[in-house]
Amino acid sequence: MRRLYPSPLLSALQILLWVMLAGELTPGVLAMAVLLGTTLPLLTARWWPDRPRPHPLRLMAYLALVLWDVILASIAVARIILFLPQDRIRSAWVVVPVDLPCAEARALLAGTITLTPGTLTADFSEDGKVLLVHALHAPDTKALREEIRTRYEARLKRIFT
Amino acid sequence: MAQIIEIISSLLLVTGGLFGLIGSYGLVRLGEGMQRLHAPTKATTIGVGAVLIAAGLVGGVASKAGLVAGFLFLTAPLTALFLARVHLFRSLPPGAVPPTGTGVDWASRSETP
Repeated sequence: MRRLYPSPLLSALQILLWVMLAGELTPGVLAMAVLLGTTLPLLTARWWPDRPRPHPLRLMAYLALVLWDVILASIAVARIILFLPQDRIRSAWVVVPVDLPCAEARALLAGTITLTPGTLTADFSEDGKVLLVHALHAPDTKALREEIRTRYEARLKRIFT
Repeated sequence: MAQIIEIISSLLLVTGGLFGLIGSYGLVRLGEGMQRLHAPTKATTIGVGAVLIAAGLVGGVASKAGLVAGFLFLTAPLTALFLARVHLFRSLPPGAVPPTGTGVDWASRSETP
């Protein structure tokens, strides 16, 4: 089983993606989905060595949290755009060192930061271990760094171990 | 029941349109290059998301709308990252951003490819 499905999560995603693309659940569609979900991860496994095995349930919970934060973030950013006078917007660069086990987790953290409250990942350090974050309105950069670390990084650490 | 769904999707369409408008307005209003990146990456993402949920509710294309939203959430951070890096590299002087604090430089300032 492990040899046939080197990464179960990727296979499951593949199957789900195919069924959603087809828009209907008929035996033919399902057969094709399972075929793709089996062969594609097998064929691509060698180009993605040491792929991490995220904890699926925790990953789902994390995605739900991010989705909720995205909604709050959009409202917050909309309020800043509409109501905060130009000269009172305190934009700042925040340097966030991250301590995550793999590149995939760091990429996920960077994506999360871009999608959530008024922050945006602008660059990585060369070794990928420090993120350069730009905040639209952050009077307190230290608190922002702490929030990123406790709210997202800590959760990602538990997903990717 | 059908009426409730129609009311909900109408509300979602209006919300989506509003957020899209605010995002575009932010792009015009905010002054600095980095600030202007914030408006479209977020307000517009939620705007498109709301329109897609409405499309899924009344248009009967729920699964495809979900896929579009998924791909949008995957690609929006990448677009923002690349725009920010180009901005860092081309328009800002080397001292404009704080150092990494670990001895290595930011990737956009890197000499090695």
